[in-house]
Amino acid sequence: MSTKRITKEFAEVSQTPPEGFIVSLPPNDSVHTWHITLQPPPATTFYPGRFGILLTLPTDYPFKPPVVKFVTRLYHPNVTNDSLGNVCLGILKAENWKPSTKIASVLEAIRNLLIEPQPDDPLEERIADEYRNDRATWEQKAKAQVTKYALEDPVFPATAN
Amino acid sequence: MDSEEEYMSPISTDDDEIMQDDSGDELSGPDDFDEDDFDEPDPDFGLSAKDMDKKKTAAHAVSFKVLEPSDIRRQQDDMMNDVNLILDLTKEDAAIMLRYFRWNKERLLEDYMDRPEKVLEAAGLNSSSSSQPKLQAVPGFVCDICCEDEEGLQTFAMKCGHRYCVNCYRQYLTQKIQDEGESARIQCPSDGCGRILDSRSLDLLVTPELTDRYNELLNRTYVEDKDTFKWCPAPDCPNAIECGVKKKDLDKIVPTVECLCGNRFCFGCANPDHQPAPCDLVKRWLKKCADDSETANWISAHTKECPKCSSTIEKNGGCNHMTCRKCKYEFCWMCMGLWSEHGTSWYNCNRYEEKSGAEARDAQTRSRTSLERYLHYYNRYANHEQSAKLDKDIAQKTEKKMVQLQTTSGMSWIEVQYLNSASQALQTCRQTLKWTYAFAFYLAKTNLTEIFEDNQKDLEMAVENLSEMFEKPINELSDPKLKVDIMDKTSYCNKRRIILLEDTAENLAKAKWTFNADLMNGSTLLLNKH
Repeated sequence: MSTKRITKEFAEVSQTPPEGFIVSLPPNDSVHTWHITLQPPPATTFYPGRFGILLTLPTDYPFKPPVVKFVTRLYHPNVTNDSLGNVCLGILKAENWKPSTKIASVLEAIRNLLIEPQPDDPLEERIADEYRNDRATWEQKAKAQVTKYALEDPVFPATAN
Repeated sequence: MDSEEEYMSPISTDDDEIMQDDSGDELSGPDDFDEDDFDEPDPDFGLSAKDMDKKKTAAHAVSFKVLEPSDIRRQQDDMMNDVNLILDLTKEDAAIMLRYFRWNKERLLEDYMDRPEKVLEAAGLNSSSSSQPKLQAVPGFVCDICCEDEEGLQTFAMKCGHRYCVNCYRQYLTQKIQDEGESARIQCPSDGCGRILDSRSLDLLVTPELTDRYNELLNRTYVEDKDTFKWCPAPDCPNAIECGVKKKDLDKIVPTVECLCGNRFCFGCANPDHQPAPCDLVKRWLKKCADDSETANWISAHTKECPKCSSTIEKNGGCNHMTCRKCKYEFCWMCMGLWSEHGTSWYNCNRYEEKSGAEARDAQTRSRTSLERYLHYYNRYANHEQSAKLDKDIAQKTEKKMVQLQTTSGMSWIEVQYLNSASQALQTCRQTLKWTYAFAFYLAKTNLTEIFEDNQKDLEMAVENLSEMFEKPINELSDPKLKVDIMDKTSYCNKRRIILLEDTAENLAKAKWTFNADLMNGSTLLLNKH
């Protein structure tokens, strides 16, 4: 229903993407699924990884928030360390989401989350503890997973919807 | 009705002195509650002094008030009017402020006097002006939500100035109200704007059926925002109960209330009447009975697993040489070792004497004893629950009996009411008895438990007697002597129930009960152990 808004947002974000992002639409698909690649800034833990993010817009977008999932695995307190890659992001919660919020701000928020994890609001309790209490070990493991999973181009799942 | 003004004076959320029990004074324990409360601006106890003189002296009773939907609305209106008069805010703004302050009028007034702008902003009412909200077509407007820009598009903005097309506004509100059940704290759709939608703007924007839902939700927040209010949990009952008992006092008192619809429930946990057991015990007990932990207990007491395929095996006789039906594994029931390695000690496993074997045996015995103890109390608890159901069936027949009696014996309506009273007494007493068993399950044996058990026995006997009389056929019921007996027994049952409840409530208030530490393990429970 809100194709106009989505088209406009996609045009803006793909032409002048926020720093570190590459945004594209999967071939032969609607504008409701976006393929996003994020490379965090140098001198941060997750650099030089390239992280695939699948952004899905619900049919009642922008009244409901987009759904964001990492397709590249990462060792992060706020992202499930599994193949689901669910993200905990305040801006995406129904009670915080406003219809005037733009996807560009969501992307900013994701980038900030990679630069600075939020261990007080964790999805992975264990990783959050480690991040808080043993930063060196966390850093090492996070780097190891970057090397293991995030140096190739991200592979997006074939979309079924 | 009492003066609303006095009645509504809000209770400061951090008053902690309330309900403090002076356990030094043996006899006036229950009265202490009320005395302390008199100094508080607590509306309930102000009421209790006038209306509830009788209940005031009882340790097992609490004072409370039933509020019907019209009462709830009137209370809100009165408070809005007060704030409207004192602070010179519109009624809509006053309502928003009150909701923001969770209906604590005193705090609202105080904070507002101190820093009006800050409070207004916090409540989402910044940049105040008194203009009426209206729809507008703005030339050159592009809606930031849907990106529509056609000429003459109707738009709306609150005082914050964030303007969106009316369709987007409507869709936003519908989703908040219908899907998310939001009402009092719907913010402006603009990212980062905390301004809250007032009801006048809402009237302008949404269809009448949504307004009804909105008002219903608003009404709900009034009750849900206040700790002293609770909805009656009976299905479809629109009433709320007001009661001053605080959450932290639930280990000292069991606040049972009764709605106008007849539903008796606990104000503390909203479960059906569970006197004399305190809320926390009830929660434990219900959990214990509900989850299959006791089935698991039985299984651990009676069965073992095949060491090879893990099938559960119950040994119902015979020797220790077990052959698993499923995988044909042969093992010793005692030491769970492979039978072929047993050497010559056939049928007399000497590994049984080893430490691990002994420990296993102890664990099994403990499990069995604790199970038996549980079953003792559970069976009695369940029995009263079941009997109460049966009594209820009988009660329904009582209605008919009462009509029959009126025709056959020429008794008047008022003269057959004793059957009704008897039936109600049976229900209430069984409910109490039921919970005495859950209570007793957690109770550690002290001098007090003997008195408790005596009271329990007396009440139980009285109830069973009455129950028996009550089941008599209609022709015997009309016998005047039986009628007098039933009336006597009814009042005796009620009296015994009160005695039991008073005893438990007084000791609970003084933290004199000792609860079984084993059964309360791992608890955050506040029940006092002396």
